[in-house]
Amino acid sequence: MTVTVWVPGDAAALALGAEAVARAIRREAGASVVLRRNGTRGLVWLEPLVEVETPAGRIAYGPVAPADVPGLIAAGFLRGGEHALHLGHIEQHPWFARQQRLTSARLGRIEPADVAQYRAAGGFRGLERALAMGRADIVAAVTESGLRGRGGAAFPTGIKWKTVLEQPSATKHIACNADEGDSGTFADRMLMEGDPLALIEGMTIAALAVGAAQGWIYLRVEYPHAARVLAQALDAARGAGWLGRNIRGSAHSFDIAVRLGAGAYICGEETSMLESLEGRRGEVRVRPPLPAVKGLYGQPTVVNNVVTLASVPGILTDGPAAYREFGRGESRGTVLLQLAGNVRRGGLVERGFGLSIRELVEDFGGGSASGRPVRAVQIGGPLGAYVPASQFDLTLDYETLAGAGAMLGHGGVVVFDDTVDMAAMARYAMEFCAIESCGKCTPCRIGSTRGAELIDRIRESRNAAADLALLDELCDTMISGSLCGLGGMAPFPVRSALRHFPEDFRPRAGRH
Amino acid sequence: MSTAPAPAETAAVRAAIARHSNEPGPLLEILHAVQGELGYVPPGAVAIIATALNLSRAEVHGAISFYHHFRHEPAGRQVLRICRAEACQAAGGGVLQTRARETLGVDFGRTTADGRVTLEAVYCLGLCACAPAVMLDGEVHGRVTPARLDELLGGSS
Repeated sequence: MTVTVWVPGDAAALALGAEAVARAIRREAGASVVLRRNGTRGLVWLEPLVEVETPAGRIAYGPVAPADVPGLIAAGFLRGGEHALHLGHIEQHPWFARQQRLTSARLGRIEPADVAQYRAAGGFRGLERALAMGRADIVAAVTESGLRGRGGAAFPTGIKWKTVLEQPSATKHIACNADEGDSGTFADRMLMEGDPLALIEGMTIAALAVGAAQGWIYLRVEYPHAARVLAQALDAARGAGWLGRNIRGSAHSFDIAVRLGAGAYICGEETSMLESLEGRRGEVRVRPPLPAVKGLYGQPTVVNNVVTLASVPGILTDGPAAYREFGRGESRGTVLLQLAGNVRRGGLVERGFGLSIRELVEDFGGGSASGRPVRAVQIGGPLGAYVPASQFDLTLDYETLAGAGAMLGHGGVVVFDDTVDMAAMARYAMEFCAIESCGKCTPCRIGSTRGAELIDRIRESRNAAADLALLDELCDTMISGSLCGLGGMAPFPVRSALRHFPEDFRPRAGRH
Repeated sequence: MSTAPAPAETAAVRAAIARHSNEPGPLLEILHAVQGELGYVPPGAVAIIATALNLSRAEVHGAISFYHHFRHEPAGRQVLRICRAEACQAAGGGVLQTRARETLGVDFGRTTADGRVTLEAVYCLGLCACAPAVMLDGEVHGRVTPARLDELLGGSS
């Protein structure tokens, strides 16, 4: 009798040694084991997390090192036996059980590009529904769900789709923004590597809704693992008739091409991404017109990120009301929070909006990895504000964070302990903006370099008060004068650092 | 720049053009294919691609120079990419960057004098929950300590 053992092929699991663990299991257990490669369950702190199929269900062990494998086998782990690394059913593990997994429900449960396993786990039900619905009804369902763009801008997805639907153009596009460049974020990557058919299904539903025949996934080149899995999943979907000409025998045809980015953070900005998709420098476009009206090649284009599109199949399967029930206020549904940086238990946490920063960082995260006090988190990537520990009761939803001068962005939460130098982080925000500025507008291109210089000067204390005033003015100029969010938001981390941690900006000689 | 490309370079560029020029907006696809084949985009590729796509050389050069990913000269035998972004900084990435620069004796964007390793900065590998992270020749590594970095560089020469 053979035993099925799951070893994640997700990049984070690989980065922690999953490949060597898979080799060790193959070597030690031999022909008695069928090795399957899943995505990650999202508990990165327990990776490599190995699951064994037993009559009592899938039993997890982690984090497994190659050297643990002989001992695990001796302890009978192929029958779910007891061992120091034994975790039981991962879905009953407190870190997992407290989550509300909708969009990431299948993550880590199946082989990513396997259509039959995807179907068996509830996949393609949403698309089946959509094939039987009218365009306007699909758009209405997405609107009613309250889903807002999870890439950062939080624009209501249904309204965007409605705009594209209403355009008279014969050619329309679905462009998936998979340029997940914000530090502290990896939900898109995990979904593409672990459940790529959900993205393909979501894009196909979007295509049915607005009448598009061509889809594009703009994938950052830093994600080679995702590129490989997506290619397999697209082939599998086409082979099974869920993508391509006459989808499942219907009159609808839709196909998807993957296009690789080339290491430019700005290409996560939607108009810059469209320029890059067209094969040019990723310089942002002036809006209006919106991409929904004039997008890729001047044609109406739905631009949504991976999480947003992968959330759509579930909304159609279970109905918009079921999705709306999660969350609070104008932040409906679930949010995929990504806990990262200096944190003991990092990974993916999906919950209805409503979790506080403290619950995420302390209850889920277990505090800092270094064991030192947590001093701040940065939420929403390199353009997001730093939030001090004194404000950790803030709720992680769009309105609450905006009200506190912060933003949720793509849901990344990066934890810093008390050794962080906040002036250095502020300087880095300006430096990063300078490195990644597309150069089209002056406040961003020049302002970012001047900002970094000013912070250097402030710390050298030649004329700190005047330079602080100048930095404040520069921030105003960048916020109100930049064409897009890069220059327009780089001042947020800077200002939040100045506001909450002014002591870090005092001249170096005067600090203790 | 008017450097004449070597025959192997010209062949790779022409093959990339033949494969992709019928696609919409093919310039980046062509550049990826050239770099995939040669490891870099030779300066002499600019004129060939510009002619084939009916673009100005400025447009082609502008695209190449815009994107951090494209190199115009061969990399070292190994490419070490270290994440400089915030999550990695929070978890000791700064120490790692310093160790890499000191061990290799080069700064970001440079290749060691013996041509062994090219050191590159990368801004997020999506491995932020197991920071700090590096990529060595396409293989990812998380929670990398300076000692582990020495091991990776020493054990792979």
